[in-house]
Amino acid sequence: MIAELGHFALILALCLAFTQALIPLAGTIANKPLWIGTARPLSCGQFVFVAISFACLVTVFLQDDFSVAYVANNSNSLLPSYYKVSAVWGAHEGSLLLWALILAGWTLAVALFSRALPGDMVARVLSVMGMIAVGFYLFMLLTSNPFERLLPFPPMDGKDLNPLLQDVGLIIHPPMLYMGYVGFSVAFAFAVAALLAGRMDSAWARWTRPWTNAAWSFLTVGIFLGSWWAYYELGWGGWWFWDPVENASLMPWLAGTALMHSLAVSEKRGLFRSWTLLLAILAFSLSLLGTFLVRSGVLTSVHAFATDPTRGVFILAFLGVVIGGSLLLFALRSSSLGATASFNWLSREAGLLLNNVLLVVMLAMILLGTLYPLVADVLGWGKISVGPPYFNFFFVPLGLLLVLAMGVGASLQWKRQANGSLQRLLKAPLLASPVLAVLWLMLAGWSLKIASLLGLTAALWLILFTLQDIWKKSDHSQGRSTGLGRLKPSYWGMVIAHLGIAVLAIGITLTSNYSDQRDVRLVTNERIQVAGYSFLFKGVEQVRGPNYIAQQSSFDVFTSVEGVYLKPFTTLKPEKRRYLATGNVMTEADIDGGLFRDLYVALGEPLGDRAWSVRVYVKPFIRWIWLGAFMIALGGVIAVLDKRYRKTPVNVTRGNVTQPSVDQKSAPKSALAHAKKGN
Amino acid sequence: MGRIKLFIPLIIFVVLAAILYWGLGRDPNAMPSALISRPVPTFQLPALEQLESTEDDNLMVAEQAEILDESLFLGQVSLLNVWATWCVSCRVEHPYLMDIAETGVRIIGLNYKDEVGAAQQWLAKYGDPYAHTISDTTGGMGLDLGVFGAPETYLVDHLGVIHYKHVGVVDDRVWRTTLQPKYQQLRDALDEQKNDS
Repeated sequence: MIAELGHFALILALCLAFTQALIPLAGTIANKPLWIGTARPLSCGQFVFVAISFACLVTVFLQDDFSVAYVANNSNSLLPSYYKVSAVWGAHEGSLLLWALILAGWTLAVALFSRALPGDMVARVLSVMGMIAVGFYLFMLLTSNPFERLLPFPPMDGKDLNPLLQDVGLIIHPPMLYMGYVGFSVAFAFAVAALLAGRMDSAWARWTRPWTNAAWSFLTVGIFLGSWWAYYELGWGGWWFWDPVENASLMPWLAGTALMHSLAVSEKRGLFRSWTLLLAILAFSLSLLGTFLVRSGVLTSVHAFATDPTRGVFILAFLGVVIGGSLLLFALRSSSLGATASFNWLSREAGLLLNNVLLVVMLAMILLGTLYPLVADVLGWGKISVGPPYFNFFFVPLGLLLVLAMGVGASLQWKRQANGSLQRLLKAPLLASPVLAVLWLMLAGWSLKIASLLGLTAALWLILFTLQDIWKKSDHSQGRSTGLGRLKPSYWGMVIAHLGIAVLAIGITLTSNYSDQRDVRLVTNERIQVAGYSFLFKGVEQVRGPNYIAQQSSFDVFTSVEGVYLKPFTTLKPEKRRYLATGNVMTEADIDGGLFRDLYVALGEPLGDRAWSVRVYVKPFIRWIWLGAFMIALGGVIAVLDKRYRKTPVNVTRGNVTQPSVDQKSAPKSALAHAKKGN
Repeated sequence: MGRIKLFIPLIIFVVLAAILYWGLGRDPNAMPSALISRPVPTFQLPALEQLESTEDDNLMVAEQAEILDESLFLGQVSLLNVWATWCVSCRVEHPYLMDIAETGVRIIGLNYKDEVGAAQQWLAKYGDPYAHTISDTTGGMGLDLGVFGAPETYLVDHLGVIHYKHVGVVDDRVWRTTLQPKYQQLRDALDEQKNDS
């Protein structure tokens, strides 16, 4: 009964989404305020019904209703109830419903927080979001209904959730990622709305920016949660594998990052307009592609498509309509938005252009590397993996360039950097960063390598530029503290995110160059020395967990003081677990984490005669990777909080709000002064 | 010109979509190699199992390790399987290789552009179907062979001549429909030759 209720609510949500896609848009064309006004209530209604539908699916999972096919395939009566809830998005059908729910949520948010926007703009945006929702509801109802029954012979018990997904990290990781993916639909809808209206000005860019930032921050959190999970759960000690699934989430992130920066130029200077629209379309298209490629399993095997041709054809048709349609609209309409303002090659605009070029090239490299195996498979060249050698080869130098460009670019002025000021700007970081990098490595006692020197220099370069910029911007006649207080949240957001990139770069550089790794055979009471730590293997004992039996080993860890090993400062207990229900064996590494190094021990295979193969890592600065990622996401959130995004009516000019003007050269002085203060 | 430029993204997308649509339901099949009917290129590389993974993961104690060369293929019909730990599809293929190795098929592994420690760990963890594993950390031999990516599987006869190349995962279907008949043919020819002499 509840499943049918959910199904029915889903159909109602489809009807409302359909109306939402048509009526408000028709209203903007026919100029009927009444029709335009339906956008908001329809969005609320659609959200209510998809939420009911989602709640119904959660309920059937909690009730162990195995007559519902999706529940029978992805749950089990023994599964703890929090995993029963997360099993809702554990497979294809349910994750689509979660997607639809989140889309309705973003739509509702736009409806609620867009009072300051002109009514016809809101109507267009909500209509476009309604169209996307229609596609998802149809896809679910026609090909992937989560409420389908297995009647008249329901199974006694379910097949259980994939044990890899039985992890706390994976309860929150997919929803975060989806919040990001789907969040880009707002920027996409704004872009399509602008194309439909044939109007795009700096006010448009200012409305779009907080939504893009918010979605991008969610996506950042989602990606780094995934990386963190891979680190502690997979037992390989790695944090990024260039896996197709990871790439599918990194691509929209790169497009989104480019979009955020290009939006800044579009808002402040009215430039790069077509480019910004294209990036908005691209970010969401890649999100869609990511969702489908990952969820349909196409990336690992094209045959997932072939086994269910209706799904494959629907997906392609849907992608074709959304991406092809918006790109066609872009091709036809964007030329009418062209801006003519010019800029100097030594300006913030040029810096942001370089940022965009680098990000898009990185994106193209990943897209090529990810799709090449797929295309090769399709063209009958067999299944191929394009591995880390390819990605590292392109990504590392490009990333280095990006970090270097970021430092200078963010310190430049809009329009044109004053003559001679560049030297002043460059002097300190240029001299200090390589010196500090060398000092750092020597003080830490690490060998000097070209790779680590380059990485550290770039990171320090970025930090020094950022600090120098804060110093300059906080200069104020009433003292520096007043100056610091005057700096806007959007500026602080940028600063924190850029420093996050530097922290991330330091983490990556030091971890990949100075990690110490040993794969050894150890017998009880044998020691192994790794990077100044001594690990004493105390043996293995059998331990019973709630739903598994584990071989639990124990390692005492010592540091040496002048060659003498004193008391152990910690004991690590890595395990090998065998899950009773499925018989799966999982490696549970044990980690002693710290800001400056992680000690990581994983238990391998028993080698007989009380000997075990053991993998020991000492990974310096690895936590900085996630610390940096967290700072990046935080920066995005802080920027959203900037008051100027919540300034009411746009048509009431407030001096520092740049009104759409084709020729920016005639813009009021105050606007330019404001623009120079940062974005 | 300016207008046409704006259509570029659309065109790229249409081409990509067309490829995907065209490929729906198509079966992947083997791709010819430039080296078919040619001998395996000469090589001198260490055996993976005898390498020690040292601090710097790719440095090896090469003097002590047994050096393998193309004579490895002489006298027996073998499969040459290109694999790496970074290759997701290899992980998919691995259990099946274990199966066919058990039926007596001789498989030579080529560990391609990989970390020695990780590769040894992999074989310890998932089992070792290979009679020998050639460690090609720099990818030099892969280059000579014309490896596109991993996994790839070559059918090599008892004289060290390549007869067939399969790009992609070897699974039950690939083995039964394409590789095994060819493999059996070579085996039979070899047995006949032995009986004659």
